Amino acid sequence: MKPFAYLRPTGLPEAVAAHGGRPGSRYLGGGTNLVDLMKLGVEAPDTLVDLTGLPLASVEETSDGGLRIGSGVRNATLASHPLVRTRYPVLAQAVLAGASAQLRNVATTGGNLLQRTRCPYFQDVAKPCNKREPGSGCGARDGSHRDHAVLGHSPQCIATHPSDLAVALAVLDASVELHGPDGTRSVPAAAFHRLPGEHPERDTVVEPGEIVTAVLLPPETAGLPCRYRKARDRASYAFALASVAALLDIADGRVRRVALAFGGLAHRPWRASAAEELLRGADPTETAVRQAVEAELAGAQPLRDNAYKVPLARNLACDVLLALARAARS
Amino acid sequence: MDPEPPARTPALGVPATRREGLLKVTGTARYAAEHALPDRAYAWPVPATVARGQVTAVDTAAALALPGVLAVLTPYDAPRLGPADDPNLRVLQDLAVPHRGWYVALAVAESTEAARAAAAAVRVTYDTDPHDTGLRTDHPDLYTPEIVNGGYPAHRERGDAVAAFAAAEVQVDCAYTVPPLHNHPMEPHAATALWEAGEAGETGDAGDAGAAALTVYDSSQGTGLVRQALAALFRLPEDRVTVVSEHVGGAFGCKGTPRPHVVLAAMAARYTGRPVTLALPRRHLPAVVGHRPPTLHRVRLGARTDGTLTALAHEVTTHTSRIREFVEQAAVPARVMYAAPALLTTHRVVALDVPTPSWMRAPGECPGMYALESAVDELADALGTDPVELRIRNEPDAEPDSGRPFSSRHLVACLREGAALFDWAAHRTPRRDGPLLIGTGVASSTYPVYVAPASARVHARPDGTYLVQTNATDLGTGARTVLGQIAADTLRVPPDRVTVEIGHSALPPGPVAGGSAGTASWGWAVHDACADLVALLERHPRPLPEPGLSVSADTTASAKQRSPYARHAFGAQFAEVQVDTVTGEVRVRRLLGVFAAGRILNPLTARSQFVGGMVMGLGMALTEHSGVDPAFGDFTESDLASYHVPVHADVPDIEVHWLDEHDKHLNPVGGKGIGEIGIVGTAAAIGNAFHHATGRRIRELPLTPDRVLTALE
Amino acid sequence: MAHPIERTRSRVRLQVNGERYEGELDHRVTLLDLLREHLGLTGAKKGCDHGQCGACTVLVDGRRANSCLLLAVAQDGADVTTVEGLGPAGPNPLQEAFLERDAFQCGYCTPGQLCSATGLLAEAAAAPGSADLSRAGIAEGMSGNLCRCGAYPRIVDAVRDVVAARENAAPGGAVRGGAVRGEAVHGEAVHGEAVHGEAVRGEVGA
Repeated sequence: MKPFAYLRPTGLPEAVAAHGGRPGSRYLGGGTNLVDLMKLGVEAPDTLVDLTGLPLASVEETSDGGLRIGSGVRNATLASHPLVRTRYPVLAQAVLAGASAQLRNVATTGGNLLQRTRCPYFQDVAKPCNKREPGSGCGARDGSHRDHAVLGHSPQCIATHPSDLAVALAVLDASVELHGPDGTRSVPAAAFHRLPGEHPERDTVVEPGEIVTAVLLPPETAGLPCRYRKARDRASYAFALASVAALLDIADGRVRRVALAFGGLAHRPWRASAAEELLRGADPTETAVRQAVEAELAGAQPLRDNAYKVPLARNLACDVLLALARAARS
Repeated sequence: MDPEPPARTPALGVPATRREGLLKVTGTARYAAEHALPDRAYAWPVPATVARGQVTAVDTAAALALPGVLAVLTPYDAPRLGPADDPNLRVLQDLAVPHRGWYVALAVAESTEAARAAAAAVRVTYDTDPHDTGLRTDHPDLYTPEIVNGGYPAHRERGDAVAAFAAAEVQVDCAYTVPPLHNHPMEPHAATALWEAGEAGETGDAGDAGAAALTVYDSSQGTGLVRQALAALFRLPEDRVTVVSEHVGGAFGCKGTPRPHVVLAAMAARYTGRPVTLALPRRHLPAVVGHRPPTLHRVRLGARTDGTLTALAHEVTTHTSRIREFVEQAAVPARVMYAAPALLTTHRVVALDVPTPSWMRAPGECPGMYALESAVDELADALGTDPVELRIRNEPDAEPDSGRPFSSRHLVACLREGAALFDWAAHRTPRRDGPLLIGTGVASSTYPVYVAPASARVHARPDGTYLVQTNATDLGTGARTVLGQIAADTLRVPPDRVTVEIGHSALPPGPVAGGSAGTASWGWAVHDACADLVALLERHPRPLPEPGLSVSADTTASAKQRSPYARHAFGAQFAEVQVDTVTGEVRVRRLLGVFAAGRILNPLTARSQFVGGMVMGLGMALTEHSGVDPAFGDFTESDLASYHVPVHADVPDIEVHWLDEHDKHLNPVGGKGIGEIGIVGTAAAIGNAFHHATGRRIRELPLTPDRVLTALE
Repeated sequence: MAHPIERTRSRVRLQVNGERYEGELDHRVTLLDLLREHLGLTGAKKGCDHGQCGACTVLVDGRRANSCLLLAVAQDGADVTTVEGLGPAGPNPLQEAFLERDAFQCGYCTPGQLCSATGLLAEAAAAPGSADLSRAGIAEGMSGNLCRCGAYPRIVDAVRDVVAARENAAPGGAVRGGAVRGEAVHGEAVHGEAVHGEAVRGEVGA
């Protein structure tokens, strides 16, 4: 870790100015990912701008009946907030499925979205990684990639995004608010993270100097039946091998609204739009659900060692959707 | 002062809370990196980033320019060391790189953050050679060594097992794979080293060391070996080297021999003239502190239709490094377990560009019994015989390979008792509960009885208290406490009259804490010293005059005697697992072990040791995966986020029982050692339960969702 | 707010176990290293230094956190409790329970387990409706603290002892917990739910 300047502004304009959009500047939330990466030498900022002094740590109802979650809200606070638990329970479930209590107490909503992949080649500065050093190669492709992507990967990068929270946001049709030198803008959560393409060094659409200021949950997905389920290598404190967030609203025996997203399969939460298309308006029988999910996963491109993720994701998605369907019937 | 009244409650065989417990729960116990000596500096090693080759240059300029950096040692300029039995200790002495992670430089600085930054700024260049890190059964360089770890012959044959197998009515021929496994004690290896000038004045170069003295606080399983190694490496008389390991944060074998960190700490302290603390970064551990090597097993069992074995062949293939041979003795337990008239056990090893393996809890027995006990389960399945009954049917009268009589063996009782406690008979049909498949499995456990010579001194003070001293080491085993109980029991006084001092190289010598032999070894010496003291005190009027009376004992003559008996602890483990057909996740619902390990000296700490071993066995079965990266030659899962040791939520309330076993062929206190047997058999019991639940057999560990889903398809 | 001295150092003030600390620190110094190397409070342990083991767990403003990932300068003004501060007048009931239950072996994860359990119990007290203090709930809640010695079942015993003692002290007590001993380890978690906390599951389908 090289020495760095540390600033803790109390207002947004001050924070943006302190960061200056410079390549050596980093915003600091809880630090649970950034400090880890700094110790690994993957990140080497010369200036840290601590955002925890900004008024970004509240959960508020919006005038349209949605919820505004400040980017500084700690994961634990988010998961235990009564409005989140009652209106958007998949989000609380997803957050509680991740990390440990200690990490959840410290990590922020913004930080959770911005966390980097845990690919071991990304984390080891002595190994090739196009995400960390564009053009240096991908160590995972021919090496160990059991945990890596089966969807949306590119020749340059097969990393997955580790966030559970982001997968839940994808099915809730959330949006992410950003504030930067050019003002404020909003991006759908499902478009916040990128696919690697030819620029795996860019995880998200955040522009230099921009701060994630809030996550907005819309009223349309509030109070709808939804669930998160995660499969991992041990019973707790591990990243997803695959995970599923699903939202399923049934009226008169037909799917009125459905959203399905996968975690652990791609460089970003994978919104299963093909599956959703097939399920919208349909009777969610076991066959219908399975066919829809398989249609989505038909495009999967597993690698030598991660083909198991396809049946795993299929099973998880069917299990969660059918459980939601059963619950709706009873 | 009156003579002590006889103790009214026995001190041995009763639960006693740990003597250092208060220190540990208040955070005041000091571990090796926690001695804040004045002017202390911090060291951070630089690992090689190639799997095989030579260092061609080490550029330290950028590192040395950083604030707070005191020195960067390299193979070019590091002080020259003396000899070492273990080439892994001769760090920074030459340019060869035998594996990725081998240390090629050492940064020393005023703070840990400065040392870390300096280490990261060192630029090393290499000439690399193609590396070979892949273990396979048809590797052309495989050879059969003379002996394997533990001093056993690598190859043993009794009868013609291959022919007997071929002629057997029922045959099981299966291959199992155990991956590399890592000890990962919670405390990474650390040492704080301090040099003192002797009467002659300044400390000098390593070659001019007559007057200097070295003190090291080290996280080790035995300060005696560390002192011996450091004395040779730094060319000091042993009496000028002091090593202290008062509190050690776990070890499980990887601190059993001296490790490079202690050499580097001493070297850095010498070079800078300051005390130096070196605490290894967690990610470095797999490469430099030893590991359980991967083992490939082929087990052939030939049997009659009544289940009695006619042939047992267990062949093990494993790896070692290019610089030191270590061969995991995984086929050895097959020489002990079952009455097969034809028996073949053998080991082959290949030297690869990998780190040197070393001890990890129950070396040999742990992976070997996974394979053997899984194969026995496959035989039970083939025969349609109950797996408990099949084992009982093959109970030997004497140790199968050697023919020696057992000093005591209660495996059958463990199996029967365990089956009853586990309600085994009621769970013989696998069942389904929604998406969960539920099954049960059993496996035997075994661990040999080892004992080593030790010395102890006990001092009777005029005030009626006693001081017991022996260079034992307590890694969390409870040794300190049990030794106090042995002393109190022999002295016939309440334990609170006894103080125990261990973990210091100036104390009467004792063997390393390993091989489950510690309590037997040190305890023997403590017992003898206390018994002799009791006899002496009977002849002395009380109160004793100052300074009191001391007696020393040395068990070399008695402990070294080769026993005519085959001496082993045995046990049986039972597991119930659930397999989630949706995700492939396997979780243990129940885990029970019954052990016969001689006399249990402290039920409180013994239960913790058994459970601890079983938790590690659970990890071996379900969560701990390590692999060698074919492209880069290192262990891909090098930190605790990727190498999954079990967490709280993985572990059910494990049940442990033991049978009182009175074996008079052991040692004066009658224990067989319990630190390692808990991990032996657990993985097989879980794997066998998986098979019971699903009807599928996965023959490699761990049983992670990827393998399970593939097997269930 | 920490007072910058040079570009890379600041004067930092915080409270540790009730005592005020003030010092000039390199911004790179973690809270863990501040405690261990600057304040001589070696109770919090460095098990991995990367937030993967929980041995460094302390309480910051009453909430458990991995001190190895907290920059000391960013904790300016915080109130930190370490294992040394849990029972300043001798071992507290949780520490006593650890001793009685043999909820430790090598002791290296123990300070972290104690601070984590303290945090867990505080979280449960603050949100009694959703706290799960069954064996399974405690095990899940403590899963951020690795123990290689495998003392997990005894640690859960010890925490359950404290839960029971609190329930007895406040009958009709604030938290659900189930039987002290012998209940099934795997409650709802057995059937594959990703999360503990019945209240959350119950709202699915609302």
